[in-house]
Amino acid sequence: MSAAPAIEVRGLTKRYGGRAVVDDVTLTVRKGEIAGFLGPNGSGKTTTIRLMCGLLTPDAGEGRVLGHDIRRAGRAIKREVGYMTQRFSFYEDLTIEENLNFVAGLYGLSPARKYVADTLADLGLTARRHQLAGSLSGGWKQRLALAACIMHAPKLLMLDEPTAGVDPKARREFWDEIHRLAADGLTVLVSTHYMDEAERCHRINYISYGKLVAKGTVAEVVHNAGLTTVVLEGDDLTGAARRLKGAAGVDQIAPFGATLHVVGRDGAALLQSVERVAAETGTRLHPAETSLEDVFIQLMGDAKDNMG
Amino acid sequence: MNRFFSIRRLAALLAKELIQMRRDRITFAMMLGIPLIQLILFGFAINSDPKGLPAALVAPTQDRYSRAIVSALELTGYYRFTHPAASAAEAEQLITKGDVAFVVTVPSDFGRRVERGDYPQILIEADATDPAVASGAISTLGTVAAEALLRERGTEAEAASDAARQLQVTVHKRYNPEGITQYNIVPGLLGVILQMTMVMMTSMALTREVERGTMENLLSMPATPIEIMLGKVLPYLGVGAVQVAVVLIAAKLIFDVPFVGALPLLLAGVFIFVASLVILGYLISTASRTQMQAMQLTFFFFLPSLLLSGFMFPYRGMPQWAQVLGEIFPLTHFLRLIRAVMLKGSDHAGVAQPMAALVVFVTVFATLALLRFRRTLD
Repeated sequence: MSAAPAIEVRGLTKRYGGRAVVDDVTLTVRKGEIAGFLGPNGSGKTTTIRLMCGLLTPDAGEGRVLGHDIRRAGRAIKREVGYMTQRFSFYEDLTIEENLNFVAGLYGLSPARKYVADTLADLGLTARRHQLAGSLSGGWKQRLALAACIMHAPKLLMLDEPTAGVDPKARREFWDEIHRLAADGLTVLVSTHYMDEAERCHRINYISYGKLVAKGTVAEVVHNAGLTTVVLEGDDLTGAARRLKGAAGVDQIAPFGATLHVVGRDGAALLQSVERVAAETGTRLHPAETSLEDVFIQLMGDAKDNMG
Repeated sequence: MNRFFSIRRLAALLAKELIQMRRDRITFAMMLGIPLIQLILFGFAINSDPKGLPAALVAPTQDRYSRAIVSALELTGYYRFTHPAASAAEAEQLITKGDVAFVVTVPSDFGRRVERGDYPQILIEADATDPAVASGAISTLGTVAAEALLRERGTEAEAASDAARQLQVTVHKRYNPEGITQYNIVPGLLGVILQMTMVMMTSMALTREVERGTMENLLSMPATPIEIMLGKVLPYLGVGAVQVAVVLIAAKLIFDVPFVGALPLLLAGVFIFVASLVILGYLISTASRTQMQAMQLTFFFFLPSLLLSGFMFPYRGMPQWAQVLGEIFPLTHFLRLIRAVMLKGSDHAGVAQPMAALVVFVTVFATLALLRFRRTLD
C-alpha cells in the first residue's frame, strides 16, 4: 500500500509531574499492517496509545492518525478509531446486548438492531445476549470488547494489552481474528508484552521508559540488536552459569530446561568466555539463533543502565 | 447527524443510564423510599412551637387571683403545671434539672396588691437554654395574665390605671393562624429531601464511570460533553419528578398542608429547583476524582445550606452576612418560592424573584460543569 500511513507521529512527549512518561516517540504505522507495540510494564505504552486516540493532549510533538491532526481533530479520530482499553471498560451492570446497543447508539449506527444482531451472531453470543457483561469470563469479556470496538467499522484498531489474563486458546483465536481483520484492510496497533504475540505482528516497536528504542520487523529487530547467542548443554549447567556470571562479553545467562542460553553483544569475547567455561565444566556448546525475547531483555537492561 | 449534538447519541446514553439505575436496586429503592420516610419522620417530629411544656407553680397563698392566673396560663396550651404546689427551693431544683421548663411564682402579697390596685407582680422563670422552646410560651404571657386578672376583679372603674393592661396585643399569625409547624416544615422538607438525594446521586454519576474505568471508553467514543451531561442529568430529573409527586401527595394526605397557590406554578418552581440540584451534583461530579470525594463535597455543601437557608432557623433572625451567604444556596430561594406558592397563594409576580434566582443557578452550574468537563483523560 502506497497511501499515507495510518499513524504518523513525531516527537510525542507527555510529562506527569516533570517525569516524561512518553519521551520523544516517533512512530509510523502503515495502512493494513499489524503493528506490535512492546515494552515492559510502565514503559508508556498505554499513554502513547491514549495520546494517539486523542484521549490525552501531548506536551510536545505532533502527528496524524488516519490523516487527522491528533491535537485538533480528536473528534474525527474517535469516530474512525476503535480503541480497546487495557481494563474491561464496558458496563458490567449492562447485558451484552445492552452494551452493544449503547455503542451502536453512540456511533449512530443504523439500523442499530441489525448491527447488534450481526455482532452477536459473529461472536456466537446470541444465546447469551441477556447475560450481564460483568458475569462473563476474561476471554469472553475480551471478545465482547473487541466486537464492540469494531462494530462501527473503524479504519484503525488500537488494542491495549488485549490478551492480559486470557487463556492460550482464546489468545490464539483472538490473534486469528486480528489477522482476518487486517486482511480486510484494517490497520491494527496492539500493545503486548508476550513474545509469541510480538512475533505475530508485521512490525514491532519497542518502547522502554518512554523512549522508542527499536523498530522494524521481528527479523530486523533481532538482527539490528547484533547479539550473539550460544547454547550450553551438559550436566553441570549450574556451575557453568556461576562461572559465566560477570565473564567478558556475557550479558545474559538464562536457563531453558536442560540448556543454558548465553547472550552477549561482543560476539568474540562471548565465544572466548563460553569456550573456556565449557572446557572447565565439561559442557558442550553450539551457536544458536537469537530470540526476540533475548533482544528485549537486552533492551530492558540497557534502558536501566541509561536511567542510572 | 449533528457534530455537537445528536438525539441518537443522547438516547443511547439515556437508555444506558436508565438500565443501570434499574439494576441498582438498593439505590433505586433509596431514591423513592428516602423521601417518604424522611417526610413522615421529620414532618411529625420537628416542631418549632412546642406546647404542653412542664411548669412548676410556687404560690404560698393560693387565692382566687393566683388560681385565675394559673388556669389562664394552662388554657394557652403552652403550660402544663406538673408541680402545682412547689416550694421555692424545690422549684429551683426542678428547673435546674430540666424537669420543668417554667417556674411561675405568685408572691404571697399578690392578692392584696391586686385588690389595692398596687402593681401586682408575678415572676415567670423560663428555661431559655433553647430559646425556641420558650419563645412561644413567653410571648403570650403578659396579655394572658392581665386579662385573667381583669376578668377576676370584674371592674371597669380603674380604667385609667388599667388602660395599659387593657391594651391588648394581638398576635396575628398570618398564613398559619393555628401555628401548625408542619405547614412550615413540610414544604421546606420537600426542598431538603430533594437537595439531599438529587445532589448526592448525581454527584456520583461521573466519578463512578471514572472509578470503574468506563470513562476511558466513553471518552474514546464520539459523545460530546453536553450529551454526556444531559445523559446523566435527565434520568435523575425524572427521579426528582417522582420524588416531588410522592412528597406533595403525602403533604396533602398525611399532613393536610394547604395548597393555596396554583399547582402549575408550584411544579414549575420545583422543576427548576430540581434541575439546579441535579446540575450542581453533576458539577461536583466533574470536580471530584472518586465517589468518596463527591460524597464529601456534597456534605460540605449540604450542611450550610440546611442551616442558612431558613429551613432550620429563621432566615430573618440571621445576621446580615449570614443572610448574604444564605443567598448562594438554591434551597434558600426554593423555600421562599414554595412557601409563597403553597401557603400564601402567590402568583407569578410574587415569586418572580426566587424563580429568577433558581434559573441563574441552573445556568451558572451548567456552564461551569461543561467548562470543567474533561474531554480528555489529562
